[in-house]
Amino acid sequence: MEKDIINISWHGRGGQGAITAAKIVATASFQTGYTGVVMVPTFGTERRGAPVMTSLKISKEKIYDLSPIENPDIAVVLDYLLLDEINIVEGLKQGGILVVNTPKPSDSYTYNGIRVATADITAIADESGLAYGMVNSGIIGAFAKASSLIDIDVLANAIREEFKDRKPEENARAALVTYERTIINYGD
Amino acid sequence: MGTRECNQITSAGEPGPGDGGKTGSWRVLRPVIDPSICIPARKNIAACFICWLYCPDCTITRTIPPTIDYEYCKGCGICAEECPTKAITMVEESGFISEENK
Amino acid sequence: MHTIESGNTAAALGVKLARAQVIAAYPITPQTPLTEKLSEFIESGQMKAAYIPVESEHSALAVCIAASTAGARAFTATSANGLLYMHEQLHWAAGARLPIVMCVVNRGVGAPWTVWNDQQDSISQRDTGWIQIYINDHQEIIDTTIKAFRIAEEVNIPVMVCYDGYILSHTYMPFDVPDQKSVDRFLPPYKPENCLDPNAPTNLNSVTLPDVRTNIRGELAHGYMELRYLLQEDLRKSIDVITTIEQDYKKIFNRGEGACLEEYRCEDASFIAVGMGSLAFHLRVAADALRKEGIKVGVVGIRLYRPFPDEAVSFALSKADGVIVFEKAISYGYMGPLCSDITSALYKDANPPFVHNYILGIGGRTIKTDALIDAIRNSCSRPEGSDTADSLRWIGLKI
Repeated sequence: MEKDIINISWHGRGGQGAITAAKIVATASFQTGYTGVVMVPTFGTERRGAPVMTSLKISKEKIYDLSPIENPDIAVVLDYLLLDEINIVEGLKQGGILVVNTPKPSDSYTYNGIRVATADITAIADESGLAYGMVNSGIIGAFAKASSLIDIDVLANAIREEFKDRKPEENARAALVTYERTIINYGD
Repeated sequence: MGTRECNQITSAGEPGPGDGGKTGSWRVLRPVIDPSICIPARKNIAACFICWLYCPDCTITRTIPPTIDYEYCKGCGICAEECPTKAITMVEESGFISEENK
Repeated sequence: MHTIESGNTAAALGVKLARAQVIAAYPITPQTPLTEKLSEFIESGQMKAAYIPVESEHSALAVCIAASTAGARAFTATSANGLLYMHEQLHWAAGARLPIVMCVVNRGVGAPWTVWNDQQDSISQRDTGWIQIYINDHQEIIDTTIKAFRIAEEVNIPVMVCYDGYILSHTYMPFDVPDQKSVDRFLPPYKPENCLDPNAPTNLNSVTLPDVRTNIRGELAHGYMELRYLLQEDLRKSIDVITTIEQDYKKIFNRGEGACLEEYRCEDASFIAVGMGSLAFHLRVAADALRKEGIKVGVVGIRLYRPFPDEAVSFALSKADGVIVFEKAISYGYMGPLCSDITSALYKDANPPFVHNYILGIGGRTIKTDALIDAIRNSCSRPEGSDTADSLRWIGLKI
């Protein structure tokens, strides 16, 4: 039952655009044939800066369970500081993937049985001509590299579509550059 | 063990920081009090304390000088807005984060 | 045309396609994006309607009542305390036989405050005379909103389209957006029964006496009791109308099953789990897991709640050994309302199944698949007869 659904949790701060990032990946997944896709934001007490989480579930079949993900296959973290505040890794399945936007070197993160993908997306976004802190397009590149689930070009197009009135090319570039620069560490 | 022991029949709570967890991490801007402008600090008298009164999260103490509990302060900026002498400035949190992480 | 959007957007698109003419609404979480979307459509010219911002939900429905009385297709939406604020007007709209459509984005009611989902808000209004339909996903949101206008206008009874706050309103999933031409074929313009018209002045909803009276034409006119009887009679008759309209929709759009309820793996089921809204779909995941363990579980998702399709419910459930009713509401002081309704529908059976009642998801308490599986398995293996008000089972309670 659960085998056919890929669970991807997205962790960010209110205002960072984690939900938009998950929505873009949802759209691209659907286009790639994952017709059963649901994106379920978790709503707590919210405001700019507060931790937010959204659950993205993708499958080739319709998904009937809309409850929040507890054991993700992939956890995507838009702000590395969240790892100290919330226990994101604890729920990750063995053999799962952690994707983090961090300025720290890749080997700072070692978790037993978990692959870690890192990139300094804050810096890449800045390079790509985006406003400081706009990491939600770049993170999609890291996710694509780490998961190999969806083609980066399909994602880049979905990014251009979502951001069509707000720097589509810069946002796509952030994702493409991040894709190239993401480093994957295989935990032992 | 469940919640029965808290002995309430409706949603009731005491005022004070911490009902929603350690929300200091939500801050993007941090309030900083300048003791050379702040009335109680400057004059060494128990006066004003408007920041203490207005803080929605009870993170400011009614002391000379007033102190802010940065574990809970969410950086809403109401204290800076209300301070009659503009003794409080809202400063970028990211500068403090790199210091504290060292 | 497929799109991936939120449940609230699906509802707004449905209202736009249905060519609603007057929208009067007051924002309340988690309905707000629905009304914001509608005002965007109107502002941009995509939708020709009047958006009337009002100062409260009571006024929102009052304005819809006035607009509908003047012959316009009227729509509003709300949640929880907003729905309760318009409670008086709910009774009015039904008694006045106005075909208003309202989306209720289900949310728990205060006190204490919550913004998260349960179904207490709309279920507590089930006695007002509105038609109530509970839907399971975004495709149903857009389709049912369109159907609601046709149902309302055919039977002259207002319709509440209910969907789970946050769980459906704010989640994103793919759905097909019907094309305007086909919707126009399905839903012709509104032709009101009685209407405010200066050329034909009429008294509408004036005081009626306890007894019948003779009107100015010498005819025997309805008393209060006759008018209320007609509402009940037309509500009961509407079950067939709703079923026919469902079939008409299917002919044009090629989808739509079970206007009253939808069965899943019930053909040989020994035990049937029952739910409404997104829960009805979630229960399928639990049923599949239990089937793998060899327990024959089926699911009935109830869509039409008022009028209560007692015949269809009894037919679907009576062959099972046990019925396990899951609900996100309670009739305080007694049992889950859906459980009461089902139990009384099954009463006339010679050998009715046992009925168990689970209360869950109140105030947005997360519903986990494992908890559903455990509950059903528990009920299947130890059927101590039907539940009473004092043996209600709660899932996820931490007291």
